[in-house]
Amino acid sequence: MKCFIFFTLLLVFLSSCGPAASQSISSTQASTYIENKGSDTIVNLALAWAERYQSEHPEVSISVTGGGSGTGIAALLNGTVDIANASRQIKPEEMQEAQSKGINPVEYIIARDAIAVIVNPENPVKELTLQQLSDIYSGKINNWRGVGGEDRPIVRLSRETNSGTHVYFLETVLRLGEKNSKTLFSTDTLLLPSSEGIINEVRQNPNAIGYDGLGYVPKDLKMIAIARQPSDSYVLPSIATVNDNSYPIARDLYMYTAGKPNGAVAAYLDWIMHSDEAQAIVAELGFVPIK
Amino acid sequence: MDKSLSWREYVITRAIKASGYSAIVFVALIFYFLLHDGLPALSEVPLADLLGQRWYPIENYFSILPLITGTLIVTLGAMLVAIPLGIGTAVFIAEIAPRWTRDILKPLVELLGGLPSVVLGFLGILILAPFLRVFLNLPTGLTALAGSLLLGGIAIPTIVSIAEDALDAVPQSYREGAWAIGATRWQTIWRVTLPAARSGVLTAVMLGLGRAIGETMAVMMATGNAPVLAVKLTSLFSPVRTMTATIAAEMGEVASGSVHYHVLFFIGLVLFLISLAVNVAASAVVFRQKKRAERVLS
Amino acid sequence: MKKNAFSNRVLTQRLGFSLLTLVALFTVIPILAVIAYIVAQGAPAISWEFLAGFPREGMRAGGILPAIVGTFYLTLGTAIFSVPLGVAAAIYLAEYARENWLTRLIRIAIINLAGIPSVVYGLFGLGLFVFFLRFGTSLLSASLTLSIMTLPVIISAAEEALRAVPQAFRTVSVSLGGTRWQTIRRIVLPQALPGIITGVILGLERAAGETAPILFTGAAFFLPRLPNSPFDATMALPYHLFVVSTQVPEMPIQIQYGTALVLIAFVLGMNLIATVIRSRARAKRQW
Repeated sequence: MKCFIFFTLLLVFLSSCGPAASQSISSTQASTYIENKGSDTIVNLALAWAERYQSEHPEVSISVTGGGSGTGIAALLNGTVDIANASRQIKPEEMQEAQSKGINPVEYIIARDAIAVIVNPENPVKELTLQQLSDIYSGKINNWRGVGGEDRPIVRLSRETNSGTHVYFLETVLRLGEKNSKTLFSTDTLLLPSSEGIINEVRQNPNAIGYDGLGYVPKDLKMIAIARQPSDSYVLPSIATVNDNSYPIARDLYMYTAGKPNGAVAAYLDWIMHSDEAQAIVAELGFVPIK
Repeated sequence: MDKSLSWREYVITRAIKASGYSAIVFVALIFYFLLHDGLPALSEVPLADLLGQRWYPIENYFSILPLITGTLIVTLGAMLVAIPLGIGTAVFIAEIAPRWTRDILKPLVELLGGLPSVVLGFLGILILAPFLRVFLNLPTGLTALAGSLLLGGIAIPTIVSIAEDALDAVPQSYREGAWAIGATRWQTIWRVTLPAARSGVLTAVMLGLGRAIGETMAVMMATGNAPVLAVKLTSLFSPVRTMTATIAAEMGEVASGSVHYHVLFFIGLVLFLISLAVNVAASAVVFRQKKRAERVLS
Repeated sequence: MKKNAFSNRVLTQRLGFSLLTLVALFTVIPILAVIAYIVAQGAPAISWEFLAGFPREGMRAGGILPAIVGTFYLTLGTAIFSVPLGVAAAIYLAEYARENWLTRLIRIAIINLAGIPSVVYGLFGLGLFVFFLRFGTSLLSASLTLSIMTLPVIISAAEEALRAVPQAFRTVSVSLGGTRWQTIRRIVLPQALPGIITGVILGLERAAGETAPILFTGAAFFLPRLPNSPFDATMALPYHLFVVSTQVPEMPIQIQYGTALVLIAFVLGMNLIATVIRSRARAKRQW
């Protein structure tokens, strides 16, 4: 008797649709569904965009997931999302993988971002050069004394390796932009699964140093002013300093689609890149608009 | 009427038999998938690299040693916490507590067993880690120790539950015999009852161990996830990265079929084999104890 | 009082008992403290809007309805797949199987299934359901993964419940002309039902609280609407707690505790129901 009920329920459940229904955009239905996945740096921005866009275009549904830039691109290659969010450019290996699967990723720049270096408000250090930053994260400098601070051990916080932010930091800061450098994060760097984890730890721990997208840094945390060389001036990250390139650690944020998009996805991307509304949201969340 | 009845009976019996074998089918299937997607790692990554020093997959450093040591040290710490507390509580519930206390405590401990690990991880970040940092004057509280304490909390209900059942199953005549010759209750517990329940208690510990090794969310949130080679005793107070947290954190980002994908499945395979070993050891212990008991009684 | 060997032993016993009492308290008090703390911190967040509304403002306001519904669907899906299979397997073990090497192998397999780490189940679910069978990241993949994970719990509990039914019941039925299946279906199974239901609920409770198996097989960060087919991805309470506590900046602490509270209420509620069924069944038992 129990078996009978369960099997009926099962049949009812499964018969209510088929596998194609929510893979990607189904143009036969009145509402269209866009799957958006990837960078945790972009995820809250993507969510804000999705919310605003859906309130104006109720026939479109957008689902947003994080997981890291690598996750988004992998999903794009696996064919499970429409738009991949990435806070770094697609890697050559990923491009190769894509082409071997017959996918041609198209890149769109949707905003710009500064990577802020943050320390606990109690920490007296307020400026660092790129070289010092690189030495701290690679393990050469282990105590705050080494950069003019107090006698405290340095606790290094980082995002996980699947994060575009992490990769960008590795290339631009640790390796100072040199393509052939093999410098790595020191092994005792804490790889936290999220931006919020970094914020929390820096907030409570006077020994900590972390980095994160400008949009993630709350007002009560202390940001470090960075100089490219000791002779340059030390600059704090902001919309202005990103746009005039004086802040050394700034980057573009991307969305990728598999091939040129059409229909609802194209309209959405167009709105993101060209509408004032969407770019206003960018500024509101602490990122840098592209105009 | 009789014919259709026996035909129905036949079909149902066959279905039940098939269901019975399903457990074996699933274990075999899981093993197969892990092998299929994990073994290629052995050919793609030279063995020297797999056992090297660094885990940094985006630059092709694929050593799993830091991850293994991370799991080991967190599990070791967890067992140091869980075994005394677990067995002690089990003894208390089974042998010392009055009936009414028992009836409250047992469900209460089972309640802890039901708490999802993500909740414990959540409290770990918010409360335990800062507390450890301040109390022990550490650079950060997100350490193997934090993970061990949380894992100990997760393993204790398993140990208490099974060990208490084992102690309860010891015939009262054993205890009465000991009391009759003048032993105190305390002496009876440690020299008669506990040894008699040895196989059940050992099973409890092994199952608790299995739970600790396999735990994912609590360690991912609370241990800092730094892939250090945790070989010193002081590593307990530094951040570590476990095998389970690595899989959970990185699986989403891999393109299926890539080297990284295969290495993650390989780690999964290692975890599967470890839990297999623990379980086989646990059931071997039970089996040997049973055989010995049969010899004694015959 | 003259010190003698006996009074020494009594002293040791008193000390020992006190120590163990402390140990037990040390184990139990944190449990109560944890639950009390979450209730205290999370209760202010609970409101009709929180329980029945959708998340707003990047999930920093509004409710967690999709996560609650998602967990409910996942639990239902897990039940659909694991209960028939698990109970049937338990019937096989308790009523049909002979004590030979095959049966021993099955038991070892069950013990092993129970011990496999939950993240390995996630990997398996990813490989089999998401990729190989092409179900994608969906309710279906996640439910199937969770059901295999829940199977050993249900089989063990159901088998124990079936074995507890006295042999006399079966003998009488057979002597009146019943076949084996008729005996099971009309006599043994109904008697064992409370025990089986308790086991099922405890198994589902664990499935409802797990995060790792659904991480790559079905869980989504944010969905604008409730899932309306088994092939949709879904939000879920355990994953949502992970998200609000680690993935969203400036998430009000109340929402984090509120989500934790709803999750443990769901899980512990199931535990409570199982305990009540168990004790009432014990009272009404006919043997």
